[in-house]
Amino acid sequence: MKRIITVSVVNQSGVLNRVTGLLMKRQFNIESITVGHTEQPQISKMTFVVNVEDEQKLEQLLKQLQKQVDVLKVNDITEKSIVVRELALVKVVAPPTVRAEINSIVEPFRAATIDTGKNVVTFQVTGNPEKIDAFIDLLKPYGIKDLTRTGVTAFVRETQKVHTPQLSIL
Amino acid sequence: MMKMTVEETEQLHEEPETSAAPQQLDGADVLIQTLKKHQVEVVFGYPGGAVLPIYDALHKNPIRHILARHEQGAIHAAEGYARVSGKVGVVIATSGPGATNVVTGIADAMMDSIPLVVFTGQVATTVIGTDAFQEADIIGITQPITKHNYQVKDVADLPRIINEAFHIASTGRPGPVVVDIPKNMATGIFIPTDETSYEVNLPGYQPTTTPNFLQIQKAALAISTAKQPLILAGAGILFSKASDQLVQLAEKYQIPVTNTLLGLGTIEGNHPLFIGMAGMHGTYTANMAIQTCDLLINVGARFDDRLTGNLAHFAPNAKVIHIDIDPAEIGKNVPTEIPIVADAKEALQALLDQNAPNGNTAAWLESLQINQREYPLFYEASEEKGLLPQQVVELIHEYTNGDAVVTTDVGQHQMWAAQYYKFNHPHNWVTSGGLGTMGFGFPAAIGAQLAKPEAKVVSIVGDAGFQMTLQELSLLQEMRIPVKIVILNNQALGMVRQWQETFHGERYSHSLIPVQPDFVKLAAAYDLKGYKIETFEDAKVQLKEALASDEPVLIDCRVVQKEKVYPMVVPGTALHEMIGVKPE
Repeated sequence: MKRIITVSVVNQSGVLNRVTGLLMKRQFNIESITVGHTEQPQISKMTFVVNVEDEQKLEQLLKQLQKQVDVLKVNDITEKSIVVRELALVKVVAPPTVRAEINSIVEPFRAATIDTGKNVVTFQVTGNPEKIDAFIDLLKPYGIKDLTRTGVTAFVRETQKVHTPQLSIL
Repeated sequence: MMKMTVEETEQLHEEPETSAAPQQLDGADVLIQTLKKHQVEVVFGYPGGAVLPIYDALHKNPIRHILARHEQGAIHAAEGYARVSGKVGVVIATSGPGATNVVTGIADAMMDSIPLVVFTGQVATTVIGTDAFQEADIIGITQPITKHNYQVKDVADLPRIINEAFHIASTGRPGPVVVDIPKNMATGIFIPTDETSYEVNLPGYQPTTTPNFLQIQKAALAISTAKQPLILAGAGILFSKASDQLVQLAEKYQIPVTNTLLGLGTIEGNHPLFIGMAGMHGTYTANMAIQTCDLLINVGARFDDRLTGNLAHFAPNAKVIHIDIDPAEIGKNVPTEIPIVADAKEALQALLDQNAPNGNTAAWLESLQINQREYPLFYEASEEKGLLPQQVVELIHEYTNGDAVVTTDVGQHQMWAAQYYKFNHPHNWVTSGGLGTMGFGFPAAIGAQLAKPEAKVVSIVGDAGFQMTLQELSLLQEMRIPVKIVILNNQALGMVRQWQETFHGERYSHSLIPVQPDFVKLAAAYDLKGYKIETFEDAKVQLKEALASDEPVLIDCRVVQKEKVYPMVVPGTALHEMIGVKPE
C-alpha cells in the first residue's frame, strides 16, 4: 500500500542521508521524496511516498523514523484529508501544425507554457500525481522530448472529516 | 545531564599553572577537559596522524589511556568495560584505517546496545572530499551502525557535541555515538562567544522512561489472572539495573524466568524460578515454557530470531506483555497485546506497586520442574573420548564459585559458556550477541578487568576467534592485567564445523584448522604463563591452579573436535521442535 509520510527534521547536513539510509537498511522503497525548509529555518520537512506491505511494516517504518535523533515529528497523513501536489515540466514535440491541437488538450489541466521553440513547447503542470499522469499520457502521442517531476509534497487540511486512529502506541 | 556554568566556562580559559606564556585552549584541550567533566576514567585508543593534537592534549592533561595493539582491540575492550561498569566506553582512533578498524566494534555495540563514544580523527575540513591521505567518510560508513554520529565543523561546537554524544550514548536504549573530529578542529583555538552552547539541545530525542499507568494496570491484571505466566528477561534489565525488581516480581507472583543470551545474570543461575536460557541452544524446559505459557512477559529483550525460532509458531498460546525503552522494538517481530514503553526498572517497580492478587502457578511450576528433571542439559563424557568443552566450563564455574566475569566470542564455546556457567551476579557476562563477532571476547575481557580490578575475569574463547585479536596479549604483558584466557581448542571453527556436519553433508569446507601456533610458547613470547590441558584429570589440577593465579595466564584446552552443541532449534523450525534434547 502506498503511504504519504511527512517527517519534520532538524535542518542539519547529513539528515537526508540518515533518513533515506534508514529506509534502505530496512528495505523500504521510496517512490518519491521532497525536502524543503519550513517557516522555521532550523527545521526542514520531508514528504515521502513509500510502498509498504502491511500495517506492521508501516508501524515499524514510523517508529524507526521517529527513533532518529534528528527527527522531530513523523506523520502518516495518507488517510487524513490532505492536499497533495506535484509539479512536472514536460517538453513536447509541437510543430506549428499541431500546436493549436496540443494547446486545446492542455487547457483543461491549466498547464502553463513556460518555454517555446520552433518545434517544441515546455509545459508546467501542477496537481496531484494522478492528474499529472493523465497529462503525460495525453501528450505522449505527440512525442515527449523531456520530462521531470518533483515528487509529491502534501499538507493536512485545516478541517478533518474523520479522526483516523493513531498507530503509534505512545 | 551535565551543564556548564559560566564559572566553569571561564575555568576553561584559565591557563595551566606550569605555563609561563599565556596560552589559549585548542579543540583537543577542550575535548580532554570535557571528557574529565564526564568523569571518564579510561580511554581505549591508538594514535595516528589526524589525532596527533588530541594525543598531545592527552599528554598535557592525562586520562588513563590503554594503548591497544589494534583499533578493533581497543573498541572491544571499551565494550567490555562499558558492559561490566555500566559506564560509557570511550575510544579514540585516527582517521582512515584507524576509523575503519573500529567499524566492527561499532556495529557490535549497536546490535547489543552498548554505550560507547568513539572519537575518530579526520583530515582537515579544508581537504575533506579531496581523497586526502588517510581520509575515509566515516560519517557515511557508520551512519547505519550508530545511534547517532557527528562531524565537528566548528571548534565552538565541540563541548556541546561531546555532551550530547555522552547523553545519547548512555540514555534511552544505549548505543554507540561517533564524533568525527577534523584535524583543524582539534588544533583550532576555542573561542567561546555568547552563542556558544554547552547544553544538550536535542528536541528530537526524548526517551520515554515512565510507563503508562493504564498499561501497567492491564499488565498487573494479566499477571494475576494468568495460569501459566513466564518472564523473558533480556539485557534491558542490566542497563536499567533492575535485577532486584525482576527477582522480586518473579518471587512475588511465582513466575518462572528464562533469559535471552545477553540477559544471563539478571537472575541468579541457581535460582529455583530460573529455567535456563531460551532460544536456539536454550534449555528444553525454557523453550517449551515459551511454547505453552499463556502470558509471556518480555522485559528488555528484542525477540531476536535466534531466540524465537520460527516466528509463525512462536508462543502460540501466549498473551504478550513487552516492556522496552525502545518503542520500535515493540511489535517488530511478535504481536504484542500489552506494550509498555519504559525503563525496565520503573516498569517493574510500577508492576510491584500495583500489588495485584497472586494467581496460582503451582501446577505450572511443577510441570516445568518435571521437564527440568526429564530434559536437563547433558553431555556424555568418557575417558577414551577425551576432554569435553562442557567439562572445562563446569570446572571454571566450580573454581570461580560462579562469581567470575566471563567473556566470550561467538560460536560453540559461547553456547557452552552460556549453558554451563551459572552466574551469581548481573553484569558479569560479556558476550557478542547480536553481531556475533569473533575476536570480541579476549579484548573485551581486558576492558572488563579494568572496570572490575578485583574480579576474576575469565575469557572463554575458541581457537579460531582468539587468533583474530590475540595481538592484545601485549596488553597483558605490559600491564599484567590478570585476565585468564581459556581456549576451548577444537582445532576448528566449531560452530561452522557443526553446521557443515549437520546441514552440509559433513563437507568440512575450510572450517578445520589443524595447523596452529603453540599457544603455550605464544604465551611465553608475551611473558605470560601458559598451560596446555588435554585430559579431564589434568584440567582438574591445572585449571584450578591457573584460575587461582593473580597473574594473567593462557590455558590451551585441547577438547574433542566433534562435540556438538545441543539441544538445538534447527533454523526454520519452531522452539518445541528442538532436537538433541535427550541422550540417544
